[in-house]
Amino acid sequence: MSLGQNGCAEHMMLSRRGLLTTAASLSLWSLLPRVAIAGTRDPRLLVIVLRGAVDGLALAAPVGDPAYVSLRRKLAVPKDGAGAGLPLDGFFVLNSAMPFLHGLYQKREALLIHAVATPYRGRSHFDGQDVLESGLGGVAPSESGWLNRALAGLPHVGSTAALQAVSAAAPQPVSAAAPQAVSAAAPQQGLSMGAVVPLVMRGSAPVMSWTPKAYSLPLRDQTVERLMDLYAHTDVKLAKAFAEGLEIDRIAQVGAAAPLAAAKPLATSGQPAPSGQPSQRGVPPNVAQPAVPSNVAQPAVPSNVAQPAPARPFRDFIETAEAAAKFMTTSGGPRIGALSFDGWDTHANEGVITGQLANKFAGLDAAIRAFAEGMGPAWADTVVLIITEFGRTARTNGTEGTDHGTGGAALLVGGAVNGGRVLADWPGLSDAALYEGRDLKPTQDLRSIMKGVLRDHLGIPDGALGSVVFPGSAAIKGSQGLIV
Amino acid sequence: MSERVTLVLDASTALRRFGLGPKFGDIVRISGDPRGFVLAALADPSAARIPDSVDLEPSHFVFAALEDAKLERAVARAFMPGQPLKPGEPAPPPLMFPSATLRRAAPPVMASPEAPTVTSPTMAASAGSTVGQVRREAFRDEAFARIARAISTTTPFLERLVQFWSNHFCVSTTKGSVRALAGSYEREAIRPHVLGRFCDMLKAVEQHPAMLIYLDNAHSIGPNSKAGQNRTRGLNENLAREILELHTLGVDGGYTQADVTNLARVITGWTFGQGDKIAAADRGRFLFAPHRHEPGVFPILAKPYDQSGQLSGESVLADLARHPKTARHIALKFARHFVSDAPPLPLVAALEKTFRDTDGNLAALARTLVASPLAWEAPAAKIVPPYDFVVSLVRGFDLKMQPGEVNRLAAVLGQPLWQVGSPKGWPDADDSWMGPSPIRERLRIAEKVAKDVPRGLDPRAVLVDLVGAGVSEHTKLAIARAETREQAFELMIMSPDFMRR
Repeated sequence: MSLGQNGCAEHMMLSRRGLLTTAASLSLWSLLPRVAIAGTRDPRLLVIVLRGAVDGLALAAPVGDPAYVSLRRKLAVPKDGAGAGLPLDGFFVLNSAMPFLHGLYQKREALLIHAVATPYRGRSHFDGQDVLESGLGGVAPSESGWLNRALAGLPHVGSTAALQAVSAAAPQPVSAAAPQAVSAAAPQQGLSMGAVVPLVMRGSAPVMSWTPKAYSLPLRDQTVERLMDLYAHTDVKLAKAFAEGLEIDRIAQVGAAAPLAAAKPLATSGQPAPSGQPSQRGVPPNVAQPAVPSNVAQPAVPSNVAQPAPARPFRDFIETAEAAAKFMTTSGGPRIGALSFDGWDTHANEGVITGQLANKFAGLDAAIRAFAEGMGPAWADTVVLIITEFGRTARTNGTEGTDHGTGGAALLVGGAVNGGRVLADWPGLSDAALYEGRDLKPTQDLRSIMKGVLRDHLGIPDGALGSVVFPGSAAIKGSQGLIV
Repeated sequence: MSERVTLVLDASTALRRFGLGPKFGDIVRISGDPRGFVLAALADPSAARIPDSVDLEPSHFVFAALEDAKLERAVARAFMPGQPLKPGEPAPPPLMFPSATLRRAAPPVMASPEAPTVTSPTMAASAGSTVGQVRREAFRDEAFARIARAISTTTPFLERLVQFWSNHFCVSTTKGSVRALAGSYEREAIRPHVLGRFCDMLKAVEQHPAMLIYLDNAHSIGPNSKAGQNRTRGLNENLAREILELHTLGVDGGYTQADVTNLARVITGWTFGQGDKIAAADRGRFLFAPHRHEPGVFPILAKPYDQSGQLSGESVLADLARHPKTARHIALKFARHFVSDAPPLPLVAALEKTFRDTDGNLAALARTLVASPLAWEAPAAKIVPPYDFVVSLVRGFDLKMQPGEVNRLAAVLGQPLWQVGSPKGWPDADDSWMGPSPIRERLRIAEKVAKDVPRGLDPRAVLVDLVGAGVSEHTKLAIARAETREQAFELMIMSPDFMRR
C-alpha cells in the first residue's frame, strides 16, 4: 500500500485512521455534482514531473515571434529544412523529436500550454520543484503534495479492488466475497512509479508504489511459495507486504490491457500469470476488466511513425510509463498516478534538434506513446499532465545551452483532453517583454491548469481546490474547457 | 553471568542490532564477549574518521572546484554579448584572457592534523570540468569511501553511530551543490564527533557549508543589516526552524514561532566564503558576514542573546545542546533507532540521564545503550534499512560488489545514499522499510546473491555463521527443507531473522 520513504510508510499503519480522516474531508468534495464518479466515467490522471526545468521554447517553438531566431541562434527550431518543427497553429511548431505527440495534437488529444509558471519566481530547482509539487503559493515546508490532497477527497471507484483486496486479506487467498469488504467511501489509492514517492503524491491518501526491478531475474514460484509459508508462520507484516509486492509485480508484467489489442480479462484461465498460480499469489480470481464494448475504437495512435531506439535512461522512463498504464487499467486499481523523470537541466550543449535535448524529447514522446497504447480503450477517459518547475532563459548562453528561467511550457495529453490547440497569452520575446530582461514572461498560473483538470476531469469543486488542494489560491480560477 | 543473560547477550545481536551484519566467522569469534566486542568500537575516538586524501578532498577544495567550473561557464557566456547575468553571479572577466589563466589560485594547503597528507591543491576534476562533473565525481569518490568502510570495518558499531548522526543532521544531494559536499560534510562535521560532544557536533554541522546551503542560511540576510537595507531579500528561517524542531529540542520541545524567527535573526551572517571578493583562505569555509547580521538583542526560550557577531548564535547552540528537552529528544530517538519504536522506558531514562550528566558525551551515550541488558533483550523489531541490508549481504557473503552497485541497490530499495527527501532524514520506525515493491525486490537481490555464493558452502552452516544460534525454528526448518542450495540462501536472506534486527 505504501513505500517506506518519507513518512509514506505511516499509511500502512494508519490506513484505518487515514480512512476516517479522509471520510471527513470527503464532505467538502461531495457537495458538487459528482460527474466524475457517478459511474458513467472512470477518469484517469497521470502527472509526469520533469525535473531540471524543461526548455519550453525548444519544445514548442514560437517561430512566429520575430525575436525568436535572434535569441536562440543555433538553438532555434527551424521552420523548414532539416529538423524543421512540426506545425501546430502557425505561430508555434513542435520539436521534431516528438512525432507521436504531434499525432495526438492532430487528433485533438494534445494541448500545449505556453508562457506558464508556478507562483515561484526564484531560480532554484529545489525550491521550484517544491512549489510545483506542494501546490503552495510559495516556498514553505510541506509534507504533502497537491495531487495527494486532491486524491484524499475522492472515493474509491468500484468495489472489486484487486489491490485493496490483497492488502485487506493477504496472505490468505482472497475469496470472492472479500472485495466486498472495501467500503464505497474508501479513499482512492494513488499510484507512484519509482523508488521514491514524489512530493506531489505524498500525503495522507494511501499510495501504492511500484519500484523498478533490482535485477531482471524472474522470481521462482517454489521460492515464493516457501517464503510465503515461512512468513505466514513467523511475520504477518512481512507476509502482507510481500504479497502486495508480488501482486504489484504481476500487474506490472501482465497488466490488464494489452497494447493496441482488445482488452483481455485479467488473470482468467487463459492468461498465465508469470509465475505461480493466481490463488497462491493472493489474486482474486474474479477480477475482470471493466466491461468494454468490443466495437470501441482504439485510441488514435499513429502506428506508422518510425521511432529510433531510445537510449538507456529513456528506456527506464518508457518502461515506467508502460507499467503505469497497466496499473491504471486494472479493474479496481489506482486511477491517479505520478511519476517523475529528471535530467532536463541543459546548461551546455543543449542539442535542441539533434543531441541531448532532442534525445530527451524523443524519450518523452516514446513514454507518452507507451502509456497511451497501454491504456487501450481507457485512453478516452485519460488525462496526462506534464509539468516542470520553471522555464529556461530566452537567450542561448555561451555554452550552447540555456540557464534557469521563469515562464515555460506544460502539456496535457489524453483522450479526455480538449486538444489540438496551443493555450498561450503570448507575451512576446522582445527585450522589453522578457521577464527581468532574460526570461519568457509567465502570463498564466500553472495552478489554473491543474485546477481546471482536477475540477472538470475528476469533479473536485472550486472551493476545495482553492483551500485544500492549493491553499490560499481562491483568486486563481481554474481554466475552462481543458477537458472534453 | 547467568545462562539467560549469556543467551540474550548473543553475538548475533551484537553484530546485527549494533552492527552491519556479521562476516564469516565473526559470530564464533566474538561469542565469548559480544558486549565487549561492541564496546571496543568506542575505545578510539579517532577511528571513525576518514581522512582527506587525493580522492577525498576537504569541502573547501571541492567548493573551489565548483566555483571554478561556474566561472568557466560565466566566461563562456560572456562571449555572447547581451546575455544578462543571473542575479548574484560574478561578472565575467574581460574577454581577452584565455579561460585557463582565470582559474584562481586554489586555497593553500592548510597544515592541520586532520589533513596532513593532502598533496593535490586543486581537484583533478577541476581542470576544465563542468559543474555537473565536479558534483558527480566528488559524490562518487566520497560514496565509494563511505561504502568501502562499511563493508570492511571491524568496528561496525562506529559506522552505525556515524549513520545515525549523519541522518539526524542530514543534508540531501537533491539540492544543487550539496551533491558535491555531502561526503566531505559527513567526514568533517559528523565523524570527528560521533564519540565526542553533542555541542561540538551541533556547531560543526550548523556552520558547515553543506548545511548552510541545504537549509538556506548562506543567503539569509537580516532585514535591518547593512546588506538587508539595500536589498529585497531577507530572513530565511529554514535552518533556524530545523535546528529547533529536528536537531535539538524536537517538535514538542516547547519553542514558539517567535523563537524560530529570533534564532533565524541571531544566525544571520552565518555563511561561507564564495564569490570574487573572498580571500582564498576563506573560500568554501564557514564565514561570519557582519554586514548581513541582524543587529539587536533577541530572546530565545525567554533568554536574551546580546553578544555580537557569530558568538550569539554559538551561545544559543551551546544552550540548546544542554537543554533538557534536547536530552529527552536525543535519548528517545537513539533508543528507537537501535531497539524499537517503543523502547523500554528505563533504557530511555538511562540514556537521557547520561546525556545530561555528561553534558552530551556521545561515547558515554553509546556506552549506556550497549551496557543496558534492555537494549539486548528486546525482540528484533526493526526491518534492516536498505543500505544496511545490502551492506550486510556484501559483508556476510563476501561478495565482490562494487560500491556503486551497493548504492544502486540501496536506491532501488528506496534509500539512495545522502539523498533523503526531507530534512527529517530517513524514516526510522520499525516497519518504515516495508513497502511492498521494495520487499519484493529484496527477494530478487537475494536470488542474485544466492547465485554468487561460492559453491560448496552448506546453507545450514552459513545460517549458524550469519544469523546465529538464536535463529527461529521455522527458519531453520525452511532452510533445511529447501530444494536447492540457492533457495536455501534466498530463504535465509529473506527470513525475519535476517530482515529484522
